[in-house]
Amino acid sequence: MIDAVGNPQSVLVLGGTSEIGLAVVERFAGDRPMRVVLAARPSRRLDEAKARLERGGCTVQILDFDARAPRSHADVVAKAFAEGDIDVTLVAFGVLGDAERAWTDVELAIELAEVNYVAAVSCGVALASHLKRQGHGALVALSSVAGERVRRSNFVYGSTKAGLDGFYTGLTEALRPSGVLVTVVRPGFVRTRMTDGMKPAPLSVTADQVAEVVVEAVRKRRELVWAPAPLRAVMSLLRHVPRSVFRRLPL
Amino acid sequence: MPPDTSPADTTVDTPVDTPADTRSLTGFGRTAPTVARVARVESAERVLEALRAPGPRGVTARGLGRSYGDPAQNAGGLVLDMTGLDRIHRIAVGEGPGVGTVTLDAGVSLDTLMRAALPFGLWVPVLPGTRQVTIGGAIAADVHGKNHHSAGSFGNHVLSMDLACADGVVRTLTPDGPDAELFWATVGGMGLTGIMLRATVALKACESAYFVVDTDRTDNLDELIGLLSDSSDDRYDYSAAWFDTTTTGPALGRAVLTRGSLARADELPAKLRRAPLRFDAPQLLGFPDVFPSGLANRHTLRAFSELWWRKAPRRRRGAVQNITAFYQTLDVFADWNRVYGRRGFLQYQFIVPFGAEDTVRRIVEVIAQSDHASGLNVLKRFGPGNEAPLSFPQEGWTITVDFPIAPGLNELCTRLDELVLDAGGRHYLAKESRTSAEAIRRGYPRLDEWRKTRNAADPDGVFTSDLARRLELVGK
Repeated sequence: MIDAVGNPQSVLVLGGTSEIGLAVVERFAGDRPMRVVLAARPSRRLDEAKARLERGGCTVQILDFDARAPRSHADVVAKAFAEGDIDVTLVAFGVLGDAERAWTDVELAIELAEVNYVAAVSCGVALASHLKRQGHGALVALSSVAGERVRRSNFVYGSTKAGLDGFYTGLTEALRPSGVLVTVVRPGFVRTRMTDGMKPAPLSVTADQVAEVVVEAVRKRRELVWAPAPLRAVMSLLRHVPRSVFRRLPL
Repeated sequence: MPPDTSPADTTVDTPVDTPADTRSLTGFGRTAPTVARVARVESAERVLEALRAPGPRGVTARGLGRSYGDPAQNAGGLVLDMTGLDRIHRIAVGEGPGVGTVTLDAGVSLDTLMRAALPFGLWVPVLPGTRQVTIGGAIAADVHGKNHHSAGSFGNHVLSMDLACADGVVRTLTPDGPDAELFWATVGGMGLTGIMLRATVALKACESAYFVVDTDRTDNLDELIGLLSDSSDDRYDYSAAWFDTTTTGPALGRAVLTRGSLARADELPAKLRRAPLRFDAPQLLGFPDVFPSGLANRHTLRAFSELWWRKAPRRRRGAVQNITAFYQTLDVFADWNRVYGRRGFLQYQFIVPFGAEDTVRRIVEVIAQSDHASGLNVLKRFGPGNEAPLSFPQEGWTITVDFPIAPGLNELCTRLDELVLDAGGRHYLAKESRTSAEAIRRGYPRLDEWRKTRNAADPDGVFTSDLARRLELVGK
């Protein structure tokens, strides 16, 4: 259960090696150790994350999770919930890829679409069914400002995030009567492994700063947040810029 | 595995024969909402019917929702609204260990009971800070009042109760009968042993519905603790102090101590003597739900505290007051919890044993020096506890403070937890909304004994609640 001041007792991270996902877990666990389920492909990074959280007093369960096998997702989610209620669930996986290759190389285009959109949907459906039954809990989906207004420079990635964003903002409404909070998080440029070597955009943030936004959102039961918060105003403007102007902007 | 055969999709969790609304529920603190199916039950039969098909997320009972946290919530499961079970069956004058008894349904409020008993010259032996609680809730939380040092807690006055158990059998439990263990596990058991249907409670004699009250205003906490420790407290049936958490230094914990006893008819002024049992407790106004979170802040609460302390007389003896003035001031207001705004608030109540006065002082200091402020603060001296393993009161000092939910409150409360537990204290489950399972385990050394009794009565875990899940009260 999430308590009166917003401490959860358990968290599931789909994309268990995601830097933002782990930063969220560590923020919550910093206040009080909890049960953590990390769903990811086996890796050294995953083992390290497990060891680090266990040192902090958390109990950690690892589940083998392949984002590109959507039919297996219900099973993975069911395994996570089999051990008891889960208070906070995070859809934290995603791929960026080379933007120019992504619209010219069909394999990469399919990978982006499958991981960022199809898997987000299959996981969302599975999570929704368990959370609804449980009558409480939070689902946090990591969207992106790239999906809020898709731009030329990374439109395949942007289009997948636009799909994810649409699905989860709809799910927010669908699950509200069941007492489940669905929070869509729209970060800007996040300086992580995924963006390593890229030139940071203005208003860029770290994974930990996004985590701070996520934890605040869960505590205050907010359904749609930007990281950093001022991006909300920026995106609100950008959404309304005419296309002829938008394409000339250095974005 | 294809998604359409996952267990969540195939489980039927709605019992067909219990009509229920799906509703979002919170406690009185308005925090941590969860959704459950709420079924209003108006008879013992309806309760038993519900227990025949409880569903995979179990059942809990809800009365008037005055617990601050989550004991009357059951996310994804069934919540039985007991307020329809509201009949007083029998009031007997000249019976029982006091001078009267009452047999009534679990959903009757203490307010209703008090109004019904007073014309017979009978008084409800234990009244908490609000009368808007049900008999079932009063027993499940083993509530206490300002007279704990002279009368113990509510469970001490229960002569018998009918409990609908997980096996569908209604058992009549008494404090020293064959089911005494289950009786005492139910007292203070937060509704996790079964659904209470009916109880017989001892009432005491009273000549009036008024109190004769002495007031002492103290300049600090030490002076207050001194007054409460010099055995003068035992001359009064009722005693509690309001104290200030916004002042520091020599004025740390300055307080207003009010103590009194029920007035005899001959102590009343002539005007009141004509109708000494008249119940004088109007509900004057309710608050709309329009207050922003943050209105109750350090500055407004400091001003409130200053005013509250200043308006109290330094020393006054023998004032005749009605129950609203002396006891249940907040019952004048409906929905006063709305003043804290949508984010809600939490109430923090603990006890530390006698001898831990330094801890009491330290805790008040920590609160006074923090960014958080509390307006409604109560300190009271408790008498000996009863034999219920989860009953909160025990000999010592109990303190209640309430904080609006704000950033940093978690850290403050965690710090207070450590001070309380290190001094051998514990939290009150009827107020609790945020501590850890570990803190409850430390505070209640008889938790495992209680669990054993509970699990024997409910091996499949039919009775559960958000509180039970959060604090890991049920299970092995």
